[in-house]
Amino acid sequence: MSTAVETPRRKLAWSGANLIVLVYAFIPVLWIVSLSLKDTGTLNDGKFWPSSPTRDSYSQIFNNPDFLRALVNSIGICAIATVCALVFGTMAAYAIARLEFPGKRLIVGVSLLIAMFPQIALVTPLFKIETAIGIFDTWLGLIIPYITFALPLAIYTLSAFFREIPWELEKAAKMDGATPFQAFRRVITPLAMPGVFTTAILVFIACWNDFLFALSLTSTSRSRTVPAALSYFQGATTFEVPTGPIAAAAVVITVPIVIFVLFFQRRIVAGLTSGAVKG
Amino acid sequence: MTTQTLPPGDAEVEPEGVRIARQRHSDGQKAERRLGLLLCAPAVFIMLAVTAYPIVYAFWLSLNRADLRTPDANEFIGLDNYVTVLSSPIWWTAFGVTMFLTVLGAAFELVLGMVLAIVMHRTIIGRGLVRTSALVPYAIVTVVAAFSWRFAWTQDLGWLAGDNAPLTGMWSSLWIILLAEVWKTVPFMALLLMAGLALVPEDLLKAASMDGASTWQRFWKITIPLMKPAILVALLFRTLDAFRVFDNIFVLTSGANNTSSVSMIGYNNLIGGLNLGIGSTISVLIFLSIAIIAFIFIKLFGAAAPGEGEKR
Repeated sequence: MSTAVETPRRKLAWSGANLIVLVYAFIPVLWIVSLSLKDTGTLNDGKFWPSSPTRDSYSQIFNNPDFLRALVNSIGICAIATVCALVFGTMAAYAIARLEFPGKRLIVGVSLLIAMFPQIALVTPLFKIETAIGIFDTWLGLIIPYITFALPLAIYTLSAFFREIPWELEKAAKMDGATPFQAFRRVITPLAMPGVFTTAILVFIACWNDFLFALSLTSTSRSRTVPAALSYFQGATTFEVPTGPIAAAAVVITVPIVIFVLFFQRRIVAGLTSGAVKG
Repeated sequence: MTTQTLPPGDAEVEPEGVRIARQRHSDGQKAERRLGLLLCAPAVFIMLAVTAYPIVYAFWLSLNRADLRTPDANEFIGLDNYVTVLSSPIWWTAFGVTMFLTVLGAAFELVLGMVLAIVMHRTIIGRGLVRTSALVPYAIVTVVAAFSWRFAWTQDLGWLAGDNAPLTGMWSSLWIILLAEVWKTVPFMALLLMAGLALVPEDLLKAASMDGASTWQRFWKITIPLMKPAILVALLFRTLDAFRVFDNIFVLTSGANNTSSVSMIGYNNLIGGLNLGIGSTISVLIFLSIAIIAFIFIKLFGAAAPGEGEKR
């Protein structure tokens, strides 16, 4: 309670609660980092911390052409899908937030339906369609479904942000003699950028996280993304699970996103909750 | 939205300038409509092309024998595929597993999400730190977290397993899958609930406190009722998402020991079996299940369909 006195005891109690949250959030992450640092001798000792940390697993995956290719695929596919979803999403969100036109509610409804659409229901037909038109196992074959599922998220988040922008400023700038383009570029763009940027992060994370499409709509390392590639990692023998390299690869694709999210925490929280409670 | 107040009959007394302005206004309205539709067109086109068309196509495929291994035997067979799937124990086991994970998952996530939301909302020290670290599970790729849990529960290798091999039994596997799911999604739930918590007026809680209501009473009698819309939306989101569970099961057990979800058997039918007819039937059934869940939430519980709060 913000009204209560901040006694040392209350502080201690809250510290305990905070500590539990920290442990909850970080334990699985620390464990996978620890695994990635263990050497082959101590890998199976079942201990939480590595007793003799090495970089072996990391040098192994960075010499693995399949992993590097998957990394390039992941970055490229997710970046292109994010940019496309943002462009189309911004256009639609601007219209939804600022313009009156028939069918607006329908569009919002449809995009929400798609946000909840079971992706697996699309896997079989998309597989058939993509093989028929020859984009199966290509970047395009993944980019298209990624854009589709990123769009509802983009439209929803962006329209919530756009509604908060004081659009009268645009009129004021025009009265002060700015051209419509200047008003847009100098006044509106800076105000809209944080929302667009936040949306970009959320969309990118959603694409980066995808596993089902990456697994079903690819068949070779040509377009396989990292989450899918991880499950195809081969050890020295076929029966041995390459724990160390998988852990190292997992850390490589996780750490940048986690740092990013921690850095932009405030904006992401705003983005995730925008419109969740009320429009 | 309209600011026009002059009745149309007043045209002759109406000053020239106002009439022109009004003319412009309705022209502007038409242009606005056109612009609005034009701006939405690409997004709507992509969304429909990639979802509506395939789901109709899946429905058509589900009425056919369509096996990639025997392309010559393809023909229209009506509802035979549905009979095959719905009379198969594999489907019902997967359906049971999915419901188990969905119902228990949503329940745990709601309770733990509420606890986390309250900690993030109320903690008097290190609020930024707590909010930031609670985002970690959200930011992690599901497959990565799943591998972390899998290794942790692998015999000898993992710090949680010891001498046991819990991922080789059905129920122990299901609980671990549930743990992985809940761990990953509690923060998202908590964020949605925290936004609801912020809407509970502090004054009201203070007043109740002065009238002698205990913390517990304030929570159940004031906070929860006021948060009901937020809770229902969060639950709806999570239930529909939980029903699609795939990544965690794929990595943790690959569906061994009857731990497949409906998404897993859909995937296995396509990639393992290359049977598009059966795979599409499963797709359509999953689609229908999700539609029914959403319907129940919106009609029976009165969850405002997200987006209905639009433009309030």
